[in-house]
Amino acid sequence: MLAFAGERHSHGTLGIMTVSVIAGRAASGDARDRLKIAGDCRMADAPALDSELRRLRAGPPPSLVVDLTEAGEIDIGPSWLLHDTLTALSAAGTSVTVDGPAPEHFAYLDGLAKKGEAGPAGSVFGGPLRWLVEFGKRVEVRGQGWYEALTFGGRLVVTAATRWSRLKRLRIPSVVRHVHETGVQAIPIVAVIAFLISVISAYIGAQQLRPFGAEIFTVDLVAIGVLRELGVLLTAIMVAGRSGSAYAAELGVMKLNDEVDALESMGMNPYEMLVLPRVVALVIAMPLLTIVADAMGLVGGAALTRYLLDLPWEQFVARLDSAIGDTTFWAGMVKAPVFGLLIALTGTLRGLQVRESSRELGRLTTVAVVQSIFLVILADACFAILFLEIDF
Amino acid sequence: MNAPQPLVSVRNVVNRFGTQVVHDGVSFDVFPGEIFGIVGGSGSGKSVLLKTMLGLRRPTSGTVALEGREITAMSDDELREVKRRYGVTFQQGALFSSLTVAENITLPVAEAMDLDEASFASLVELRLRMVGLPPATESKYPAQLSGGMVKRAALARALALDPVLLFLDEPTAGLDPIAATEFDSLVLYLRDTLHLTVIMVTHDLDTLARTCDRVAVLVDGNVIVDTLEGIVANDHPWIRQYFHGARGRALRPQAGEGDGA
Repeated sequence: MLAFAGERHSHGTLGIMTVSVIAGRAASGDARDRLKIAGDCRMADAPALDSELRRLRAGPPPSLVVDLTEAGEIDIGPSWLLHDTLTALSAAGTSVTVDGPAPEHFAYLDGLAKKGEAGPAGSVFGGPLRWLVEFGKRVEVRGQGWYEALTFGGRLVVTAATRWSRLKRLRIPSVVRHVHETGVQAIPIVAVIAFLISVISAYIGAQQLRPFGAEIFTVDLVAIGVLRELGVLLTAIMVAGRSGSAYAAELGVMKLNDEVDALESMGMNPYEMLVLPRVVALVIAMPLLTIVADAMGLVGGAALTRYLLDLPWEQFVARLDSAIGDTTFWAGMVKAPVFGLLIALTGTLRGLQVRESSRELGRLTTVAVVQSIFLVILADACFAILFLEIDF
Repeated sequence: MNAPQPLVSVRNVVNRFGTQVVHDGVSFDVFPGEIFGIVGGSGSGKSVLLKTMLGLRRPTSGTVALEGREITAMSDDELREVKRRYGVTFQQGALFSSLTVAENITLPVAEAMDLDEASFASLVELRLRMVGLPPATESKYPAQLSGGMVKRAALARALALDPVLLFLDEPTAGLDPIAATEFDSLVLYLRDTLHLTVIMVTHDLDTLARTCDRVAVLVDGNVIVDTLEGIVANDHPWIRQYFHGARGRALRPQAGEGDGA
């Protein structure tokens, strides 16, 4: 009976490796199983060898002869697999004899295997208590996160309070650069988005209101919608995607390059140099962008009503005047700096939390965007309730 | 030790970027079981030469042969086969930061063949033991390792397919002298027990003296190959400055230590 495992060409000219297991037959006078390896056994031949070895391990025979009389060179990898299996078989009670010269690496592998026996595998808290360990770790991570956020906020407030008086220290050029990057450069995309969204809402509004003959109220819908909510909210979401992620990535890379430590070692405060200018810049840029978004939103509404409802410009403006109250514009506008603050804080905090690896950088940049959008919407909800209460 | 059949044979390699000639007819052989050092100043084309030997870059002209097969004239498929015959460690380790050490070591093996999980795990254990890392390292991410451990883990990954040839790019750069000495010993040990051939780019004069059988110096777009004593005795001005500068002191009193035999 011959179980033939496979025949594979190893590296080109090097010869053919075969492994076979021959079950012992009492009739032929030799009851021992034989594992025969012939030819050079390279790492590429490991699968053929491995499948035979696995079969042997699954059902250890009482005795085994490893026939290496025709074996050539056996690479370290396959040698180790063989070594491992023979050790396991011996432990399982199989008497193993090697026929022919032992593989040259076996002495080396014996030394390796003895060097530092592997410690107990797995932690003490394997099995039933594992979930508790997991839970604990998560609580720790969360706690750590809150602690870091508080530290960050605290240091920022202290920095802002102590440095505010020294205007030069506020790094005007740095603030200007960030206003340019987060504000001026965002104008085209914010303008287009605001325009399109107001066109869409005006279109839907007009369609719904037409059966009642109340198309004129489309103007109210667009004006109030854009000024109070849509303008600022969409701007905030765009800014979170553009600048929140940029802040996190910039600071994260600086952190990875030890640039933050370098600043600190030169006696400079990274909160003053890196965080504060970014936060101030976004608090300035957000309201400005919101004005652009509001304006473009109204233009979009006017354009749609002009072409869909044949409402002349003058009438749109007149209707607009009566539709919006004193506070409509400001109800949207007061939210802008708050949203800007939230986005900037989240982005910079997450950026500074990057340590160790570039994997962290990607993860925390994503977290920065998702969290800042979440915080913006949460804050918007709070504003809505507040404005309702104070009738703003 | 100069067996007639060289393992790596570089012939008249010319590398040119625009008008800038980096290598102007570089030729040398590396023989089995040898530890071969490559030195040269910044911009002398060490990395370009390494990339050419790895088959990552085709030279402007000239040939590189590995085990007698010209890799410079190979199709990508043939080259892929050859690439399994050598292992490389890069200067910064180049471990994949999103994978654990065990996954890093398993990756090339799993790409080349199909084994069962237990065998993969067993092979990871082997490679870690070979480079002297504790088994607990396997579940760590590269970022959690010290500089010396990163180099060892990178070596473990380079050894994953039982290469005949190892390329080490600045293996001891950034290591403290103790870790660097340990790494040198490890390389010597692997060469002696596994009969590996090692080609290393290094600036570490101690490593050169301790491990390298022969040294190639890249100067003026050309290469001077000799034993370390021969190189040290060479009177090319750049080589004199390199080996006889203030940092070369370690080599001079007992130059016999860098055994070329």
